[in-house]
Amino acid sequence: MTMSSAKTTEKPRGAKLDLKVIGPIVALIVLILIGMSLNPNFLSYANITNVLARSAFIGIIAVGMTFVITAGGLDLSVGSMAAFVAGLMILTMNLLTDSMGIGVDVILIGIALSLVAGLIAGLVNGLLITKVGIEAFIVTLGTMGIYRSLITWLADGGTLSLGFEMRELYRPVYYGGIFGVTWPIIAFFVVALLGEIVMRHTAFGRHCAAIGSNEKVARYSAVSVLKVRLATYTLLGLLVGFAVVMYVPRLGSASSSTGLLWELEAIAAVIIGGTLLKGGFGRVWGTVVGVLILSLIGNILNLTDFVSPYLNGAIQGVVIILAVVLQRSRSTDR
Amino acid sequence: MGGAYAMTSPILALEGVSKSFGPIEILHSVDFALRPGEIHALIGENGAGKSTTMKIIAGYLDASGGKVTCDGAPATFTSSREAEARGIVMIHQEFNLAEHLGVDQNIFLGREIKKGWRLDHAAMRQKTQELLDQLNCRIDPSQPVSSLSVPDKQMVEIAKALSRDLRVLIMDEPTAVLTERECEILFQQVERLRDQGVAILYTSHKLSEVKRICDRVSVLRDGAMVKSGPVSEISEDEMATAMVGRELTDLYPAKAIPQDKILLEVENLSVPGKVDHASLHLRRGEVLGIGGLVGSGRTEFAEAIAGLRKRSGQVRLNGQELPADDVRAAMNAGLVYLTEDRKGAGLLLEKGLRENLTLPYLEQFGRPLIDRHSEEAALEKAIADFAIRVPSPDMLVGNLSGGNQQKLLLAKTLLNDPQVIIIDEPTRGIDIGTKQQIYDLIAKLAADGHAIIVISSEMPELIGLASRALVMHAGHVVGEVAGEEVTEQNIVRLAMGLTGHGEDAA
Ligand SMILES: Nc1ncnc2c1ncn2[C@@H]1O[C@H](COP(=O)(O)OP(=O)(O)OP(=O)(O)O)[C@@H](O)[C@H]1O
Ligand SMILES: [Mg+2]
Repeated sequence: MTMSSAKTTEKPRGAKLDLKVIGPIVALIVLILIGMSLNPNFLSYANITNVLARSAFIGIIAVGMTFVITAGGLDLSVGSMAAFVAGLMILTMNLLTDSMGIGVDVILIGIALSLVAGLIAGLVNGLLITKVGIEAFIVTLGTMGIYRSLITWLADGGTLSLGFEMRELYRPVYYGGIFGVTWPIIAFFVVALLGEIVMRHTAFGRHCAAIGSNEKVARYSAVSVLKVRLATYTLLGLLVGFAVVMYVPRLGSASSSTGLLWELEAIAAVIIGGTLLKGGFGRVWGTVVGVLILSLIGNILNLTDFVSPYLNGAIQGVVIILAVVLQRSRSTDR
Repeated sequence: MGGAYAMTSPILALEGVSKSFGPIEILHSVDFALRPGEIHALIGENGAGKSTTMKIIAGYLDASGGKVTCDGAPATFTSSREAEARGIVMIHQEFNLAEHLGVDQNIFLGREIKKGWRLDHAAMRQKTQELLDQLNCRIDPSQPVSSLSVPDKQMVEIAKALSRDLRVLIMDEPTAVLTERECEILFQQVERLRDQGVAILYTSHKLSEVKRICDRVSVLRDGAMVKSGPVSEISEDEMATAMVGRELTDLYPAKAIPQDKILLEVENLSVPGKVDHASLHLRRGEVLGIGGLVGSGRTEFAEAIAGLRKRSGQVRLNGQELPADDVRAAMNAGLVYLTEDRKGAGLLLEKGLRENLTLPYLEQFGRPLIDRHSEEAALEKAIADFAIRVPSPDMLVGNLSGGNQQKLLLAKTLLNDPQVIIIDEPTRGIDIGTKQQIYDLIAKLAADGHAIIVISSEMPELIGLASRALVMHAGHVVGEVAGEEVTEQNIVRLAMGLTGHGEDAA
């Protein structure tokens, strides 16, 4: 009783909720307006394409992260996992080039490998969390260190690079596109759209929210809690693999600093988008907005000499904290 | 108490208090007074506004209109903490305990006893032990609250309230989750407090209990105070009529006659430490009661049958063996369990009614995409069938009144027309009018050929519904009574572990 000394003040609930729903969108629009007023090139085709394409990696991962967090979990390993999978992919492709020559088949094998490796890495996280029963935070903190160290070891402390000709052949996957829209943007869009549908309109999405909201209720309602949990981590791993497929052709290399802090950006995007960190409620479109907000902040700082781009992290941090403050006022109003 | 009553002035009073949530007014100009040294019952149907009224009195909610006075002066509690500082303590319908902390840590939360700057664990543990002894409650003060049964949690809440300097004790349906024996202990404590001049306000759907221990009763109907007076002048029937607004006839319907076909057989089921080699069989059209004290293993037995616990032994439905620890399989085979722990295991309080209703059977509402229209149709039907009172169908389940949550849980459990239904405390927190509806429903389900197991701590309920009853004690099925033998005396004898009578009837 002493705990809930807070008084429930009741305002019309509808109006308040609405603000929560549109909050991230309003923030995004404000950012766009700021960008437009500071630099006329902000809305140029080149800049927008650049921003969106760079957001795609984090964005694809963040969609998967939305499911993990909604189901009451967390995954800190995605950044290092991406680096490790990228390294593995590059090494294998280089090896295969020696025996099979330069060709699309090598790329296809590399892509398949990347997806499978991501899936397995996610599965390992998931099994340790669900079957062995270790806390998600601990498991993924552990695998985060393991993958980071493995990529450093694979690259021998330096950089793993795709052979030059191979790189040329693979390049279009990042830089090419149709109707002037590049592939990473299309991939991000498709993943987000599917994610939104799965979250809102399928039993899997509902089950994630139920588990995150109250695991016991979910279990008593015959939801296979462990299976759904495992599926969220595996899905996230697979999406990390997919993001790597888009990432490798961009620079054609991977090193120990690849994917650094991606996990934090992905988690931040999810939270800014309105998904509850404690689980129970998630929305994929919010995550997309969150990703865009984070990358626009960086972009605007780069385009203007108003504030030093070195302060990017500080401003992102402020935005993340603000988003959580907003979330908290939501949870106390019931 | 008549003469003395008029002389004491109220500690707390409401004058013309109204309360709205959003556009909907829930309480309409309520007048109410609570005086020292009285036990005052506030009764009314589910959703009548009892909890809301109590929260306003205890400073948890602000009134939208009218006056709240404390000791004659306008009460301006800005928080419940302030109310507590003036000796006004409320025990909520839903528990307010920190699940991961120990019993002693919960009782002294925010008011820890200190030795210098360090916490004095020994003193707090000892005080807790004393309080629990007073309540005849045998739990370990250091046990985490999450490991306690629902009634034990209620006892911890009561112990926590007793640990304070009380002037007013407000309890929202404290006895709903207690067995009769625990209720008696609570009443002894309440009477002791009354004799010390504490004002006690509480609500209950058990009218016989109100009649027996209260001094005054006030009746709310649809948010308006329709009756208030000394208990000695109002009969139970009058209370029920005032609550419901119509005459209530026989509470219990005629018992269905079981058919010959055995639907469910349970043999030698054991759950380590909880249930020991328990067996039962259940016929089509039968209502089987399971009685026993809290902690006798009834709930664990039922959960094990329903695939919610690891177990040994066999469970056969229609001759088909059900796997252990697999709820899905049991549900698909047509066996469902309605939990006694509505908030902890039954409903997602932060979600809407629709999401809750369809959760166990989502795949039936469209695959791969859920068809929202058929979900909404199902919800509409459930609201109508179970007479769920909702101000608006898209509100959060946590904002429903307790009784309406129970109705939603029933609707959710029965959604797929199961064959065998195990109901743990079917009418916990349900008003007398709705009780009657639920009893009718159970009788009708049985008449339609379903088989039903009812676990209840309310003796009249067990006797009124079941055509046969098992009694459990310390994890064993200690006896069975059937037909005419299903009497309070027989069940209590067995439940207390006195060997008995049941053996020859079995
Ligand atoms: N926060 C809220 N927002 C909207 N409606 C609410 C809220 N709290 C309560 N209500 C509504 O107010 C009405 C009265 O609720 P209250 O909990 O006081 O009923 P009650 O008399 O205690 O019923 P019960 O016997 O079922 O516990 C109900 O219709 C309920 O749905
Ligand atoms: Mg209530």
